[in-house]
Amino acid sequence: MPDYTAPIRDMTFVIDELVGMDSISRLPGCEETTSDLVTQILEECGRFSSEVLAPLNQPGDREGSSFDNGKVTTPAGFKEAYLQFIQGGWNALQFPAEFGGQGLPRIVSTPVTEMCKSANMSFALCPLLTGGAIEALLLRGAEEIKRMFLPKMVEGAWTGTMNLTEPQAGSDLALIKTRAVPATDPEFGSHYRLFGQKIFITYGEHDLAENIIHLVLARTPEAPEGVKGISLFIVPKFIVNKDGSLGKRNDVQCASIEHKMGIHASPTAVMLFGEKDGAVGYLVGEENRGLEYMFIMMNAARFAVGLEGVAISERAYQRALAYAKERIQSRDVAGSDKSVPIIRHPDVRRMLMSMKAHTEAMRALQYVVAASMDIARLHPDRDERRRHQAFVDFMIPVVKGWNTETGIEMASIGIQVHGGMGFIEETGAAQYLRDARIATIYEGTTGIQANDLVGRKLAREGGVTAKVVIGTIRAVETELAQAGNSALTAIGESLGRGTSALAECAEWITGNYKADIRAVHAGAVPFLKLTGIVCGGWQMARAALVARKKLDAIRKGGDGDAAFYEAKIGTALFYADHVLSQAGGLRDVVVRGARGVMALAEEQF
Amino acid sequence: MKVLVPVKRVVDYNVKVRVKADGTGVETANVKMSMNPFDEIALEEAVRLKEAGKATEIIAVSCGVQASQETLRTALAIGADRAVLVQTDAELQPLAVAKLLCAVAKKENPTIVLMGKQAIDDDCNQTGQMFAALMGWAQGTFASKVIVDGDKVSVTREIDGGLETVSLKLPAAITVDLRLNEPRYVTLPNIMKAKKKPLEVLAPDALGVDITPRIATLKVEEPPKRKAGVKVPDAKTLVEKLKNEAKVIQ
Repeated sequence: MPDYTAPIRDMTFVIDELVGMDSISRLPGCEETTSDLVTQILEECGRFSSEVLAPLNQPGDREGSSFDNGKVTTPAGFKEAYLQFIQGGWNALQFPAEFGGQGLPRIVSTPVTEMCKSANMSFALCPLLTGGAIEALLLRGAEEIKRMFLPKMVEGAWTGTMNLTEPQAGSDLALIKTRAVPATDPEFGSHYRLFGQKIFITYGEHDLAENIIHLVLARTPEAPEGVKGISLFIVPKFIVNKDGSLGKRNDVQCASIEHKMGIHASPTAVMLFGEKDGAVGYLVGEENRGLEYMFIMMNAARFAVGLEGVAISERAYQRALAYAKERIQSRDVAGSDKSVPIIRHPDVRRMLMSMKAHTEAMRALQYVVAASMDIARLHPDRDERRRHQAFVDFMIPVVKGWNTETGIEMASIGIQVHGGMGFIEETGAAQYLRDARIATIYEGTTGIQANDLVGRKLAREGGVTAKVVIGTIRAVETELAQAGNSALTAIGESLGRGTSALAECAEWITGNYKADIRAVHAGAVPFLKLTGIVCGGWQMARAALVARKKLDAIRKGGDGDAAFYEAKIGTALFYADHVLSQAGGLRDVVVRGARGVMALAEEQF
Repeated sequence: MKVLVPVKRVVDYNVKVRVKADGTGVETANVKMSMNPFDEIALEEAVRLKEAGKATEIIAVSCGVQASQETLRTALAIGADRAVLVQTDAELQPLAVAKLLCAVAKKENPTIVLMGKQAIDDDCNQTGQMFAALMGWAQGTFASKVIVDGDKVSVTREIDGGLETVSLKLPAAITVDLRLNEPRYVTLPNIMKAKKKPLEVLAPDALGVDITPRIATLKVEEPPKRKAGVKVPDAKTLVEKLKNEAKVIQ
């Protein structure tokens, strides 16, 4: 068996039966994206991921990217795999046909990206960053800039980066110091010269592609202080000539790469701009609006990182499951002649179910949000677009924060299933935990996501979207109660208690935001977790309803995989009992917990 | 020069095959299916012949249930120009498939028919040979190298004890072995293009072929479970056991 097998059955279940592929195929421009085409794409990408990307994951972790005198070398096999990846057209999947892409919707790019991340998270970071840079240029790049850079970037022949962080400017980008000075050298057309240092630049330097296109946040000389004085620039490693060929080496250098806890194969670079006469850069959009542009892209970037949580959980689950089936240890607690595979032990079973249930819940939530992103972008009706955009905006911090936090937890359980062997690097289980650890940090820490959720997404709009979401979940509860099936009734009751906890907290937060903002922020992360748990439960409950209907149809002689649907209901029930049941405790933390958080004066620490 | 490539839909090579509870055959419901890997190698070779300018058109053919269209779509994504499905829900045995392929070949007039040496589900290794005989064509089986030169094709065959190279007059039937090539990964643009390529569906009756099985399957059962091994203390005991218990040496 391969090391990683794409979970195509569950993916297509979510796409076809939970999201409903026809709701996407009806959108203008998606007419050809039919269910059978999507399945074929998933099959082929799944094959590529498990046969090419997955085998490089562990060796890539061991070897890591290396740095020597300004040059970065990725681990053995990465360059060949990257070439195969772009030749396969995978980099171009979701980008417009105008620049050489296939223009496929997010409901397709999301599972495809999940596979690449599961197979090899370090590898998948390179196209993730290129994608972010492409989105920025599509949104705000001048026509000339788009023509110059986009075709090569969409193809993947050139990769992209995001240069935001500086040593003194991490979560707070207002503190950026990198300077951009207007310059007049006729050789380069309308341009600026950039000077400064950027850190934590993922794939800032590497040997996978012939050119690297850096998107850089910097200040122009007359720029106002703070966030309103930051502009966005495009700085290519090699200047691109008018005819599209590569010209001079630009004044941007990689000074070193970091030694990290995980994602060893992904080079995290320190970048120096303008050590000589300044790095040639071109303005994207207008001056002083850089941060605003970054925020437009932020949804996509945070969504993509949230997907890493799903991907790493899936990989950790597959590894743990394989081990639990083959590892023979101790007799069955209820009695057996011989020692049994550890999957028969109830506690191991509980851990595996926890991994399976969380992974499926996160995947369902992530894909449902992906579909809403497609509808918000493409639906002909304005109200429909607005409705879905509001849902997306509300869910992004949840998908980012909850999926990545849960990803860490699941990778950790994966190690636990292995016992002592999980602590030994050889099994590979430990790598998933080390790799997962970054996902709650970059693109905004969980704390930042939670602040965004309680502030911008909840309190600022008076909880309007939260109420819509809660109303939708209530309707699912009614359906579950009316199904007349004991498992569905139990799921419905558990979901009901979770939703009530969520509603209570949302009301408390909107009511107290102005009066006691510290108290609200003290409970922001628990609230984010609560929202994730309930929304995940909402999707599992919907999945159980779909599965029940399908099983009834199969019983009446219809086609279908009864074992899959039965497992879906069992998994949803586990989720209701073991995960949704935490909602009440989290409610108490949110509404009461602040007094303890702020109880000590600073001097008492 | 037209090349015809028959492809079979089989249980995926990663799936652990199970016998149906009633012992009538192998369980295929809700099991992942894919293209027979040997046929994939045949198709890859055909695509390479086209890329080298030797072949002008590649036609993929499958015989079987409607879902075989998925396998044909994969064939189109790998590089076939069009596809033909001879659709039937009936059990197809190698002779019936060979006859159906003959009927299609007579319609299409290919110069080369390239197929897998066997399918990984029934391991029959008969269809190619039967097809060549029925057509009265030359055949080169178990190919590990294929060189087309004018009206001849040189086929290097993997045989017991080594390699044998034969020169065949075209048209010819070639069945391929594992080492012929390494199939490419399907690219996304080609999946998208495959959707628009023609796929024709024919009925066995329309081809005038009687597909009635000639062999009746009496019973299908799982191979016996392997017994646990034993550790032997030394080579002498091993030789003894091989001689007297296993009786594999004298």
